[in-house]
Amino acid sequence: MIDSQLLALLLIPLSGGLLLAVFGSRSWAAELNSLMSFGTFIASVILTMRIIDSGPQVAFGEEFFIDQFNVFLVALTAFVAFTTSLFSRPYMRIEQHHGKLSVGMLHLYYSMYQMFTFAMLVALTTNNMGIVWVAMEAATLTTVLLVSLYRTPASLEAAWKYFILCGVGIALALFGTILLYFAAERLLGEGGTALLWTHLNQVKSGLEPTVLKLAFVFLLVGYGTKVGLVPLHSWLPDAHAEGPTPVSAVLSGLLLNVALCAVMRSKVLVDGSLGTHFAGNLMMGFGLLSVVVASLSLFRQKDIKRMFAYSSIEHMGLITFAFGMGGPVATFAGLLHMTVHSLTKSAIFFAVGHAVQKTGTQVMENIRGLLQVSPTVGWGLALGTFAILGMPPFGVFASEFLIITTAMHEYPWTTPILLIALGIAFAAIFGKIQPVVFGETTAKPLPHSPALIPVFAHLLLVLMLGLYMPPYLANWYRQAAALLG
Amino acid sequence: MQIPLSLQFINLLAALLLLVAFAMLTQRRILSLINLFALQGFVLALSTFVVAYSASQHHLYYSAGLTLLLKVLLLPWLLHRLIRKLNVRWDVETMINIPTTMLVGIALVIFSFNLAAPISQLSEGITRGLIGIALASVLLSLLMMLTRRKAVSQVVAFLSLENGLFFAATSATQGMPLVVELGIALDVLVATFIFGIFFFQIRETFDSLDITHMEKLKDD
Repeated sequence: MIDSQLLALLLIPLSGGLLLAVFGSRSWAAELNSLMSFGTFIASVILTMRIIDSGPQVAFGEEFFIDQFNVFLVALTAFVAFTTSLFSRPYMRIEQHHGKLSVGMLHLYYSMYQMFTFAMLVALTTNNMGIVWVAMEAATLTTVLLVSLYRTPASLEAAWKYFILCGVGIALALFGTILLYFAAERLLGEGGTALLWTHLNQVKSGLEPTVLKLAFVFLLVGYGTKVGLVPLHSWLPDAHAEGPTPVSAVLSGLLLNVALCAVMRSKVLVDGSLGTHFAGNLMMGFGLLSVVVASLSLFRQKDIKRMFAYSSIEHMGLITFAFGMGGPVATFAGLLHMTVHSLTKSAIFFAVGHAVQKTGTQVMENIRGLLQVSPTVGWGLALGTFAILGMPPFGVFASEFLIITTAMHEYPWTTPILLIALGIAFAAIFGKIQPVVFGETTAKPLPHSPALIPVFAHLLLVLMLGLYMPPYLANWYRQAAALLG
Repeated sequence: MQIPLSLQFINLLAALLLLVAFAMLTQRRILSLINLFALQGFVLALSTFVVAYSASQHHLYYSAGLTLLLKVLLLPWLLHRLIRKLNVRWDVETMINIPTTMLVGIALVIFSFNLAAPISQLSEGITRGLIGIALASVLLSLLMMLTRRKAVSQVVAFLSLENGLFFAATSATQGMPLVVELGIALDVLVATFIFGIFFFQIRETFDSLDITHMEKLKDD
């Protein structure tokens, strides 16, 4: 049984959120925040080892379900949440020193950070498609006040947009869930079990195809808003640019993945019911559109965080495309890309956060020559950019290579589109980041020393995934890919 | 064929729901909008109750009670309090074009009936055919969100969107499992509180609750 491990995984962030709601203004709140995130990470590691040994399991009377796929996201979420909490400790102190944040705002931040982790972990581990929805909405609610943490006009606007758009999106997902329940009820009977994913998965071939088709459209559009798929992406750059950097890092690195996990759970059911490639085609279309639109938008960006937010849309599009193609190789590549994108993008946001603090602006034209004042921030940003652009030997190269070669085999007409889009993205980001890192500087020293260990830890992991993938990990990914079909 | 009385009653309530959705779509005064929202909640609670009675679904009594408590009493009370504190009680929205909005609304209703037709045919039990109305009121609320320029009316639209979804859940499936419904109710409640916090932050920053002030973030 995995009840106790799962209980630890969920209770640590929940109690962290409650503790920090009480003690969030103490001077040691940042340390408590990191400690709680560390505890969650340890619990996720223990749970992961159990699942890899024993295979998929249900817990708490089937209310929770863990398999190789979601335990991989649980581990990734807990890890990045932990490193981000390490990063946010000095980062938020510097913000406070600069007078941008008050103690009360930090109080809110620490408490909501833990609650956000809790909501994401519930969304990942629950077996009930209805609770997935509730937890996804809770994840929005916990982050919306964090996006507006600085209380500037721009941050309020971003938070409002985030709230309204994701609220509407998620409402559509609820309609999809209702339709799914409607189809399931006819087979599984009324009551609690008809929304349990494991039960649905057993009877998926009998689910009414017309209903499931419509349900999937609503679920994809709904959760896709959260993934940041074009044309539902317009909240994403604003929220990433105007929120505090640790929040941008977790939104980009984690929340988007969690939303995509919900889409994938629905896709498995729809595929089983329809027996066609309907869901896959839809996801490929949205994915491809996101990659193209995001990479074309990259050129116009002046704000460094906005630019990397668009890069997130591009990469989420690529992952959605890979999952849409399906098959063992593409799904494997999609999972790998999820991992390396989360690690790289959060590392980039960490470096960007400190760069912005050093120069006091997010406008790239005014950030110059980071290497001169701070080689670590400069190299962190430069290497992170290389990694996210898919340069070998980083892991992003490996996953993008796999995705594109599979596309060449299965859907040759998409290959030129993908290659051109990735090329444009490369030119745009590289051209803009190069002067930011090299050349004459505009930066000033910081009142606290920055936290750069998370940046290099993430990049090292991405490098490792590019150079050598341990057989244990490869096997785990293969099992997860097999579950998704 | 004799249609059972309860079904006739539910159909009547569904029609009322749609009517209220149209009324909300074109209501310019914020105070009346909130009252309409409370009325919509009441119709919803009543229809849930009738479904519960006629299908003898006990858990639906709970959700009818929950709806009554949350959407007829608590949320309208919160909203009334908010607009009194924010001093926007008598605000009137000027920017909506009523005839065009109505026409688009009618098109949306036709669209949703078409979309829901194949599903309604599958539906058994007493509430078949109501999914179209539920979907229509969801889409009408979406339209309302798009056409409104005041923060408060957008939030009322958001909440009425949730009402439409709830109606879909009771009419198509005779209610989601109770744990899910409780979770959704909690989310809606928390969302309303956060919206309230937002209203104050927005007014403090922009001196108005007009969201036209909040269209500055662009790509360049």
